[in-house]
Amino acid sequence: MNTAILELREKLDAALAAAQSVAELDGLKVEYLGKKGSVTALLKNMGKLSDEEKKSFGREVNELKDYAAEKIAEKAAALAAAELARELDAVETFDISLPPVLDRGSFHPVTLVQRRCEAVFRSMGFQVEDYSEIVTDYECFESLNIPPFHPARDMQDTYYLDNGQLLKTQTSAAQNAIYKKYKDALINEGKPIKAVFPGRCFRNEATDACHENTFFQMEGVMVGKDISIANLIYSMKTMLSEVFENYGLKVRLRPGFFPFVEPGFELDISCQICGGEGCPSCKHSGWLELCPCGMIHPNVLREGGIDPDVYTGFAFGLGLTRLAMMKYGVKDIRDLNSGSLVAMSQFTEDK
Amino acid sequence: MYISMNWIREFVDLSGLDIMDLIRQFSLSTAEVENEIFHKGSDLSGVVVAEIRSVAPHPESKKLHLLKVDIGESEPVDVVCGAPNVREGMKTAFAKVGARLGEITIAPRPLAGYMSCGMCCSEKEIGISDDNSGIMDLDPAYANGTDLKDIFAIDDIVFEVDNKSLTNRPDLWGHYGIAREFSALSGRPLKALPVANLEAYASLPALDIEIENDDCLRYSGLKFDNVGVSVSPVNMRIRLFYCGMRAINFLADMTNYLMLEMGQPMHAFDSRKVESIRVRKFAEAFTFATLDGVERKCDENTLMICNGETPVAIAGIMGGLDSEIVADTTSLTLESACFDPVSVRKSAARLAHRTDASQRYEKTLDPEMTVTAIARFVKLLSEIDPGAKVTSCLTDRYNRSYECKTLEIDKSFVDRYTGIGDAITCDHIEKTLTALGFAVERDGENFRVTVPSWRATKDVTLKADLIEEITRIYGYDNFAPITAKSPLYPVRMELTKSVEENVKDMLVKRFSLHEVHSYVWAYSDEYKRLGMEVEDNVRLLNATNPNLSVLRTSIVPTELCQLKTNVGYAPEFGLFEIGRVVKGLREDGMCNERKMLCITLYSKTAELRDLYFRLRDMLAVLADELKHKALVFAPMAAEHSWQHPKNLNSVSCDGICLGEMGVVHPTVGKSIDKKASIVYAELDIEAFAKIAPAGIRYEEASRFPGMEIDLNVSSDTFAPIKESIDAAACPYIKGVRVVDVYRGEEGCAINVRISFSCADRTLTREEVQAVVDGIVADLAAKGMPLK
Repeated sequence: MNTAILELREKLDAALAAAQSVAELDGLKVEYLGKKGSVTALLKNMGKLSDEEKKSFGREVNELKDYAAEKIAEKAAALAAAELARELDAVETFDISLPPVLDRGSFHPVTLVQRRCEAVFRSMGFQVEDYSEIVTDYECFESLNIPPFHPARDMQDTYYLDNGQLLKTQTSAAQNAIYKKYKDALINEGKPIKAVFPGRCFRNEATDACHENTFFQMEGVMVGKDISIANLIYSMKTMLSEVFENYGLKVRLRPGFFPFVEPGFELDISCQICGGEGCPSCKHSGWLELCPCGMIHPNVLREGGIDPDVYTGFAFGLGLTRLAMMKYGVKDIRDLNSGSLVAMSQFTEDK
Repeated sequence: MYISMNWIREFVDLSGLDIMDLIRQFSLSTAEVENEIFHKGSDLSGVVVAEIRSVAPHPESKKLHLLKVDIGESEPVDVVCGAPNVREGMKTAFAKVGARLGEITIAPRPLAGYMSCGMCCSEKEIGISDDNSGIMDLDPAYANGTDLKDIFAIDDIVFEVDNKSLTNRPDLWGHYGIAREFSALSGRPLKALPVANLEAYASLPALDIEIENDDCLRYSGLKFDNVGVSVSPVNMRIRLFYCGMRAINFLADMTNYLMLEMGQPMHAFDSRKVESIRVRKFAEAFTFATLDGVERKCDENTLMICNGETPVAIAGIMGGLDSEIVADTTSLTLESACFDPVSVRKSAARLAHRTDASQRYEKTLDPEMTVTAIARFVKLLSEIDPGAKVTSCLTDRYNRSYECKTLEIDKSFVDRYTGIGDAITCDHIEKTLTALGFAVERDGENFRVTVPSWRATKDVTLKADLIEEITRIYGYDNFAPITAKSPLYPVRMELTKSVEENVKDMLVKRFSLHEVHSYVWAYSDEYKRLGMEVEDNVRLLNATNPNLSVLRTSIVPTELCQLKTNVGYAPEFGLFEIGRVVKGLREDGMCNERKMLCITLYSKTAELRDLYFRLRDMLAVLADELKHKALVFAPMAAEHSWQHPKNLNSVSCDGICLGEMGVVHPTVGKSIDKKASIVYAELDIEAFAKIAPAGIRYEEASRFPGMEIDLNVSSDTFAPIKESIDAAACPYIKGVRVVDVYRGEEGCAINVRISFSCADRTLTREEVQAVVDGIVADLAAKGMPLK
């Protein structure tokens, strides 16, 4: 091999070996293979050579050219790979064992239970209604067949306001307005009234772990032609099974007295803890008194503009606050209105 | 109220029936029975009649005696006894060796050095009364060795009925009424109550009784002389004890016994103290000593029983101390009366003295019962004390009565209510109503039903009331659950409801806020502590706590109180509540109740400005997400103690003011936490719900390149810049963005980026520049040149 070619080749090898960056390689490429590069420069000396020599020299220069191109590409690839490896390595390994920062908000537990109940009743065709917290004596008592001297009206039970209104003691206070709102559709279109109305209620009593003066209930009514006790039992059993997501739930009715229903019932469900076997939480009876209900009193229907000789209906009242306490094991009812985040922030979405 | 099954069985033959099952049925069909049922006497055995043959003093004890006791066996037994009333020849109750008294089994054991083989028992030790003053002193006629259970009705099943479940059943406040239920449930007949014939005394002189007030419906009286018995028979005392009452003396026990049996409260006056009975009220308040020795203040609304002008009893509540039966009473005037339920309830509440009698009168007792109760009293008295004499005729003042009700129902009416058709037959209807004391005239499927007096005082007045009677005895457990046949209709989500739920979801899930509930009234103590005023508003008339007597006008202060309790929970958190406030009265005098959303943000780490904008953007996101609309903020003047006067802005949408947002007043803020920033917002959620949503208006993305122009405007507010851009009214302006806000010594500048694009062509540099020039000129004219 021609000495000049050999020298150049050795020089290239040394330069390539020393090259550390793609930029240096680009320089080498120009230096050796460019139009004015050293490989091309070799050809300038060809004039002095014989044809025979020219032939072999030219071949050797071309070989060097190919060799240079190949080696530079190889080196480029190696450098790129090393660069990538460095880049990959440069990223630190994160400590996945660090606890997550959830930064989550929370719902009031009554909201969660109320949503569950509303969803169940909506799925069974019940309208969800809202109602005010401050009502009149007519709404809370008179329209509900509660006579003027009934103990429920006593000052020790009801918060009366100085303008003559009162804080509603029961969600039933919305019944009359609901009947009046939907009676035309019932009478003219035969559309049964099916509604639930959750709301906050107030009782003038001293608070302790089991008693609150402010709590949530949800009332429900269904009025139509021939709505019967058998319908009430079916509806309550079905809806409560959904609310508790317990499809083996048993219900039973006992007589109960409430002025706005006749007959009136206390509805018991099989104990959710022991399933009816008997345990301390159901006082070994296997049953849990859950909700008052009954066939709407004829006077109450009449007061709502509905003829009790044509229509019948049932009504029930669920204690949402109580349901929330049962569901989440809240022992002290006062926690619910405390606003204490240590307690309340635990109630995240619960689907 | 406790019910003795022995007593019930006196009126209904329940032999051969499962008593426990009947009680369970009673609980499901009539009234709630408490879980624990007492099997009285079941833990007692081996107690017999024994005669004390000899009593010798114990050599080392003054209290103890050494007895020889004949227990009906061949040899008397040796017993050491400490009873004070022990005497030779006495017959007493004796627990033999091997006897069981509750937990104790009697075994021979040495007592103070002497063997004692058994025990002489007091009534308390046997569990038939709380009398532990001495050992029982039995009638000498009983043969030694006779099991006490063969003499006295010690074995009994006693259950407790929840009084609350009897609220509407005045007829169930005595055993006879309960027996009627057992009769209907078991299908066994109810026996007639054994009573004396009061006609026999018609010729005797009448008592001087006058009703002078309408709160007394009826007053019946009878006088007795020569009453010799002072201690009630054991069986009577056992029943009283099992039913939760103490034996006092024979006459008082008799009135209590009658009350427990018939539900009719009665009162026995010492005849020496009562000559002319007047039932009346007084014009002025006075104090009156009741027989429990307490001085009570009776006012002008309290109905009194008087001897002439002198009060001797508080009607329906309690007798007086001066006229009560005492040790030497042999002559009594018996009161069996009926008083107005509301009057009794209110008087008892005013006196803070609810008695067994008042509790019954409150339930609206049947006035027909007064005379029957007297007839029953006479019957029992003559059996127990044959020497006692009735010395007046029945004197009965019947002032007013309840209407006799007759109701007509037919089978189809029943079917409509029950929904289970022929599962309830006409025969069942007739049988049930008859068993419960209703007079039924049946004509095929039609029934004419007369309500008995004891159900007619308020309980049964309508046809629907009869449904309850028929169905509860049929048994609700026997109903098949059947779905209603009703047409299907879509259920629409109520507007406020759906907005409310969405707002809650966004605040919790997107902004990590915590939902809380606070009370609807202001907490004056805590407000004061935080430097907030309780604003004048609608008040509670009867707040138990004077600190909580004014309704809140805003949720902000109640939420700030809760925020205060959470300082230390985290360096940064936010609360929200959707709740009611009352903003004074409306024109019609009703409360102006509004449903508000209140948000408070607390941060120890964020700058006030950043926290403020975080809240501002939160509100903007709610409006954008739920209504696709922008909110408008405008400065307003502070009017509440919790408002910082600066940065207080009203929040509106579509020209409707929804509420406000602001910074908490520094005085309040510092009371909560000296080092934290606190901002709040309060919006009317119903007003917000009513804002019509703009909906989604789809605009196709331009396929032609757009252009962005940055302007750096000397201005300290963005609003005028936005106005100038809007004034250009250029349809190609698709967006305006604030890139940077500069506040420095050389004044303020806002860097605004305006994007231009056109749907159907590429905009030229020149046309865009022309628009920009217009905007720049407008700004310059307002004194806001480009930097």
